[in-house]
Amino acid sequence: MRRYAIALVLGAVLLSPATLADEFTAADVDRWQGEFDSVAKKGRELWTSGAVGTNGVACAQCHPNAANTHPETYPKFQKQLGKVAQLFEMVNWCIRNPLQGTALPADDPKMTAFVAYINKERKGVPIDAGKH
Amino acid sequence: MSRLITRRSVIAAGAAAGTLTTLPISMVRLAFGGTRDDFSFTYISDSHIQQIKGASFVRNWDMGLKRAVAEANLILPEADFVMFGGDLAQLGKKDELDHGGEMLSHLKGKLHCVMGEHDYYLDLGEYWSKLYGPHWYSFDHKGVHFVVLNSIITTDEWTFHRWPTAEQRMLEMAGLDNPNGSPFMVGEKQRAWLKDDLDKVSKDTPLIVFSHSPLQKIYKGWNFWTDDAEQVQALLQPFKTVSVIYGHVHQIQYNQIGNISFNAVMATAWPWPYPDTYAQAGAHVPVLTVPMNRADPFFERDATGWQMIDVNSGRVTARYQLWDNPERVVGYDPKFGKPVDKRYQEAIVRKAPQLHY
Repeated sequence: MRRYAIALVLGAVLLSPATLADEFTAADVDRWQGEFDSVAKKGRELWTSGAVGTNGVACAQCHPNAANTHPETYPKFQKQLGKVAQLFEMVNWCIRNPLQGTALPADDPKMTAFVAYINKERKGVPIDAGKH
Repeated sequence: MSRLITRRSVIAAGAAAGTLTTLPISMVRLAFGGTRDDFSFTYISDSHIQQIKGASFVRNWDMGLKRAVAEANLILPEADFVMFGGDLAQLGKKDELDHGGEMLSHLKGKLHCVMGEHDYYLDLGEYWSKLYGPHWYSFDHKGVHFVVLNSIITTDEWTFHRWPTAEQRMLEMAGLDNPNGSPFMVGEKQRAWLKDDLDKVSKDTPLIVFSHSPLQKIYKGWNFWTDDAEQVQALLQPFKTVSVIYGHVHQIQYNQIGNISFNAVMATAWPWPYPDTYAQAGAHVPVLTVPMNRADPFFERDATGWQMIDVNSGRVTARYQLWDNPERVVGYDPKFGKPVDKRYQEAIVRKAPQLHY
């Protein structure tokens, strides 16, 4: 009897329009896109900033419009690291070396912004993980 | 005739002096028949010396220029003169131009400099001019007429009325992919000077023109571009043998437009992607160009390089010496009337690292 009651409650929750996962509006999509765009915009600001590392060098000096970053190819084997690496690890490699800075945690909002910007500039290129 | 510089002789010279073997400079050699003397000159470009604070500068870029200068001084036989192709500084600062200039001062032989946008947009080339003279000029050397252009000027509105400070103007132009930048041009005044200068030269005289930006249109978004390129080309076309050598693009490029052969030189600072690898924009990388190998980011001097250029019968053969990569030789082929890569021109023989995407 108790099990039946729980099932009824669950059924009511699942049927409630407010909680159906696949129900969203154009306004929702716009808002979500706006959230992404604002993070990618922050990424662009960081990309062109001399303040990410310690020596004033900006990512954009070697990677205009984030070209030659190839986000669609990650994770991939990096012979210099001797392992399959993710994109954030290569971003950190650049922060540590040419920018002479300190690596960011993978989930640092700045790292999310970098990855968002890189992927935005690469929009439309098919995913091809592992490609060299 | 003097001995041809070879990679091996450079390596031997470098080893003797305890330095590394290949360095990011461009060795240019002219060799043609008739009564003119063979000679060579060295080409160094795009060093982007960048001040961090006070007496502290970005080590990576410093090392590129230092090594280029060291190598240029080791080459035998000695070059007749040295060209510097522009962008000595990153933000046009006196401290940067002085620091880079101090390194260049160690070069043997006379130095001729080309203005780059990174040298120019802080004080419109005033301090650079104190060090290296006029922004555009010509000279003759052993039967060849050389012209140096300042190809990185832009509209008066952008230059004089757009930005509240000179520092901001410099920063806006320094960002290669910055949409607030403005297209480069040679400009009407300089074109009039060029016409006048060339009117005094026989059309049979080999002509070599140095510019910072390409005197051809490749990708406007990154200013791999000169807005009045066609008008400048029209002034050069009447000459039987014309070569344009340019910096700015930090990569191997070559092309042929009518009588004019084009060659880009390598940077000592860092490499740039080929513009057609930017997924959001089209570009016009010359279809002739077989790209340099993709840069290895773990090797900070990779995809910088140096080259020797022979000019036989007034036509350029560029010998690109690249870090840990096989030599690339790109030369004018009279059969085809354009520069071709001596080994990799045919698509079937190209290597995977030459594929950029």
